[in-house]
Amino acid sequence: MSKLSKNNGSLANQYRQYMSTRLILLTLLAVGITLSLLYDLSEGPSSLSYGDLIKGLWSPESLPIAQQVIIWDIRLPYALMAVLVGASLGLAGAEMQTALNNPLASPFTLGVGSAATFGASLAIVFDFSSIGISQTYLLPIFAFFFACLTSFIILGVANSLGGSIQSVLLFGIALMFGLNAMVGVIQFVADEGQLQQIVFWTMGSLARADLEKAIIVAVVFTLCLLISLRHSWSMTLLRSGEEQAQSMGINVKKLRVTTLVRVSLVTAVALAFVGEIGFIGLVAPHIARMIIGESHRFFLLGSTLCGALLLSLASIVSKGVIPGLVLPIGMITALVGIPFFIALIYQHQKRNPS
Amino acid sequence: MSLLLQNIRIAYGKKEILSGINLDPIKPGSLVALLGQNGAGKSTFVKGLAGLKSYQGTASLDDIELANMDQHQRLKNIGYVPQSLPQGSSLLAYEVVKSAAASLIDKASQDDRIEDVFQRLKIAHLALLPMHKLSGGQRQMVSLAQAIVRKPKLYLLDEPTSALDLNWQMQVLKAIREEVDQQGSTALLISHDINLALRYCDQVVLLNQGKVLANGTALDCLTPENLAQAYKVDARIERCSKGHPIILVDSAL
Repeated sequence: MSKLSKNNGSLANQYRQYMSTRLILLTLLAVGITLSLLYDLSEGPSSLSYGDLIKGLWSPESLPIAQQVIIWDIRLPYALMAVLVGASLGLAGAEMQTALNNPLASPFTLGVGSAATFGASLAIVFDFSSIGISQTYLLPIFAFFFACLTSFIILGVANSLGGSIQSVLLFGIALMFGLNAMVGVIQFVADEGQLQQIVFWTMGSLARADLEKAIIVAVVFTLCLLISLRHSWSMTLLRSGEEQAQSMGINVKKLRVTTLVRVSLVTAVALAFVGEIGFIGLVAPHIARMIIGESHRFFLLGSTLCGALLLSLASIVSKGVIPGLVLPIGMITALVGIPFFIALIYQHQKRNPS
Repeated sequence: MSLLLQNIRIAYGKKEILSGINLDPIKPGSLVALLGQNGAGKSTFVKGLAGLKSYQGTASLDDIELANMDQHQRLKNIGYVPQSLPQGSSLLAYEVVKSAAASLIDKASQDDRIEDVFQRLKIAHLALLPMHKLSGGQRQMVSLAQAIVRKPKLYLLDEPTSALDLNWQMQVLKAIREEVDQQGSTALLISHDINLALRYCDQVVLLNQGKVLANGTALDCLTPENLAQAYKVDARIERCSKGHPIILVDSAL
């Protein structure tokens, strides 16, 4: 018996202690998100005191109409969307990395985000209004369809290449270039208004968020999270070894496919309203893995919370870099995310030199 | 109550790897060594039984066809330890074992059972380490613990000692032997270490080119002729000064 287990009692007790640390960390992340959300709400060109802010959120009628509009129609959707999109991407990234057994997988790095952009661009440029669905819903539907398609192509490639991490990543990058080129073609035929929308999409910005869109993202995200958590046991077993999981009766193929459908859905809906926001889905799972571990009940929540916190912080930064100007949030995440991505590749290569 | 294997065939595409494996029913409490040169079909055979490859023929455990087992039955009955284990996971060793036990053992006895397995395999000091910090051999031990914790009726062990040093090899085989004896389970063990097989296994199945070359006690099966055919070596089994049978290889043929 090791010294540690002699001192602290049974392994089960030691594990319980470990778990309570995790719960504390998850709580801290949630607190961090709340603080970041409040700060994000208070930031903006027109000055609002915290007192006014809380008053405005609690009983909107007590404030002049201009301030009500600022809080409810501009800042709240903006700040909430940051949290929700961040949470969605954090969840999608964590699930994708597990499903593909690839630490460099994320909706962005494997082109699923680009596919969503492509789908959304199609919905913007070609008039599908005759179907009778408003663009608020058409955008995510198109984005989802193409995101799903891309996920399956990647899954097929991952299976045929034996899941080699680098090859799948390279394929994803090739796919991303291809899709970006096709978006370029669509931009070429788009009129001025459509072009502006597509450009907005490719840059990733929270500026067009409104409460209805935030609610759609929230509903889809919550549903996906609940289903993910139901599968957390299978996913933990999958992480303990694919062959063992299969021998224990886990249908690994089905698990992968359903997971990727979920990833595509949550990614497409989140990005449908804010455009391409990269790297959150890559970075959040890594941070969560480091601080929370990989038991999926905690890991999925952890990555979700990390994603939400990261994008909320990015939202604050996007308002603060140039006073009076709100930068597209996708630029901020890319600027922070790219060095992180390179560091990950470097670390991965060092660990598995081949 | 036994493991019945009749006319098992497994193919990769059009290439038939196993062409009709027939064995007498294997009684509970048997530790069977699956021997043969590389490519003889040992791993494929075990993978078929573990549910990783589809097979034709009959493979039934207590009259239940392995291929027809549902998830719960698989979890309960089959303890498969594969040859290669994933490297990068941040799961704790404890979680790897617990995740397998979670839906199988009631909460009250789960903690004790997991504790017991970690102590018996002498890996309690690894329990709270993430898998990516463990060596290949240590991961192999955890993978074995993940199987043992469920008390499966059928162990399928694909070279479980390949990354272990001499001491650990003996420990692992001893633990498997005890488990098989105490629980009355059946174990199929793939190994290239014929001396370990001679020491711990009741029965040997010698495979050659997808077929059973010999089947029975180790001393009956591992004749110089069979060793020459299966392994392409000039070899013989002799007793050491302590009376244990050991293999002596004179030359490659």
